[in-house]
Amino acid sequence: MNLQVMIDSFPALLGGAGLTLQLVGLALVAGFVIALAVALARLARSPFAWMPAYGFVFFFRGTPLLVQIFLVYYGLSQFAAVRASPFWVILREPFWCALIAFSLNTAAYTAEIVRGAIQAVPRGQVEAAKAIGMSRLTRMRRIVLPQALRIGLPAYGNEVILLIKASSLASTVTLLDLTGVARTISSVNYMPVELLSMAALIYLTMTFIVTRAFKLAEHLLSGDRRQPPSLAARPIPGSGAVSPGEAK
Amino acid sequence: MPDLQGFGPMLAVGTLMTVQVALLSTLFGILIGIAVAMMKLSSSRAARIAGDVYTTIVRGVPALVLILLIYFGGVRAVNGLARWLGHSEHVDINAFVAGVFALSLAFGAYATEVFRGAFQAIPKGQIEAARALGMGRWLTFRRVSLPQVWRIALPGLGNIFLVILKETALVSVIGLEELMRKTEYAVGFTRQPFTFFLAAAFIYLALTIVSMLAIQVLERRASRGLEPTGAA
Repeated sequence: MNLQVMIDSFPALLGGAGLTLQLVGLALVAGFVIALAVALARLARSPFAWMPAYGFVFFFRGTPLLVQIFLVYYGLSQFAAVRASPFWVILREPFWCALIAFSLNTAAYTAEIVRGAIQAVPRGQVEAAKAIGMSRLTRMRRIVLPQALRIGLPAYGNEVILLIKASSLASTVTLLDLTGVARTISSVNYMPVELLSMAALIYLTMTFIVTRAFKLAEHLLSGDRRQPPSLAARPIPGSGAVSPGEAK
Repeated sequence: MPDLQGFGPMLAVGTLMTVQVALLSTLFGILIGIAVAMMKLSSSRAARIAGDVYTTIVRGVPALVLILLIYFGGVRAVNGLARWLGHSEHVDINAFVAGVFALSLAFGAYATEVFRGAFQAIPKGQIEAARALGMGRWLTFRRVSLPQVWRIALPGLGNIFLVILKETALVSVIGLEELMRKTEYAVGFTRQPFTFFLAAAFIYLALTIVSMLAIQVLERRASRGLEPTGAA
């Protein structure tokens, strides 16, 4: 292993990591919005709503991401209508194609997480909200979604990490993300092992930070459910739940 | 049915290769998973740390990077060895071997956590009873732990298999002629990327469906003799 090569390539790789984070961040936002819509459609009673949602989830979870990226980047150019359309300025750019594929892919996985989390909210609470006279939207906003967020958080954390790793496929459509930079430099200096090891180290750091961040978020969101550290530290019985600030 | 312009048989050959890579990686991955799970549960500190390092690295690095790293690392190692043995020409390593090796490592890292949970789910009393009957450690493992671990771990292993099946597509990057690579050839000839990548997508989808059914059959087989609800 040539350490000097690894150190010298670090700034360039960090630049690549910037593009990786940009792709992941944008795909997570777009994916989450799509996922909410898909999850609600999936839970709807009308087959015109749940069947397309089911098909969407099944297709994007059942095929490799590499195929999905190639379908968007290379595939769409097969149609003259696409090439003549105003969208062509977007669809011929590898950045947008990768972003579209990542967004749809993560949306399919996130939709299942959201659906599971919504279904895990105790039914009695929904019924109680209904009995009080809350409308469907208010029930969703005040009762179901805040709790679903907490229930789905650990699974969503896993999805974020999977997407960070999956984003390395951006390098297959010529993008200079973290993996792309490592592959490009190593094709010039013939030091692939050094560059890929360094890239791996940066990925590890990113996934480690995200794991920690989600653990922290989980901790902060579950203040009312946590057991006090010991009996001695417990507040006077009957004085109510431990406030999140106190339990920290 | 789209017109595959005579490329159907080629895609079928690629599909067969994809299935082979997935199944072999699963086989080796399961063996690695059991071994590393035992390391993580052992009383030796060194073994536990080694197990942790392995799963942390492999689970924190993209599969594509892992595949490339093992391929190029393998090429360098083999050539270093060849030069040391007095061979002067460049030696290439087999993409199939490198791909299966990388995906086995990936499968093994995920399977480790599944097996660890499964081993811990076996009531301690059963192990103690087996030892009291005079069974040795290995016999206890083989007759008492393993058959139950298999049943408990199966759903988790099934999920990993579905992930690995899709990740075999990445081995096309190092030149293995599996489904994705064959599809790229067809695209190069026909200039119909959408048709052929969509065809590949549906083949992967079909493989996924078949795998899900097979996993279901295995799960039912593994839990025969138990109550249908699965409750003990």
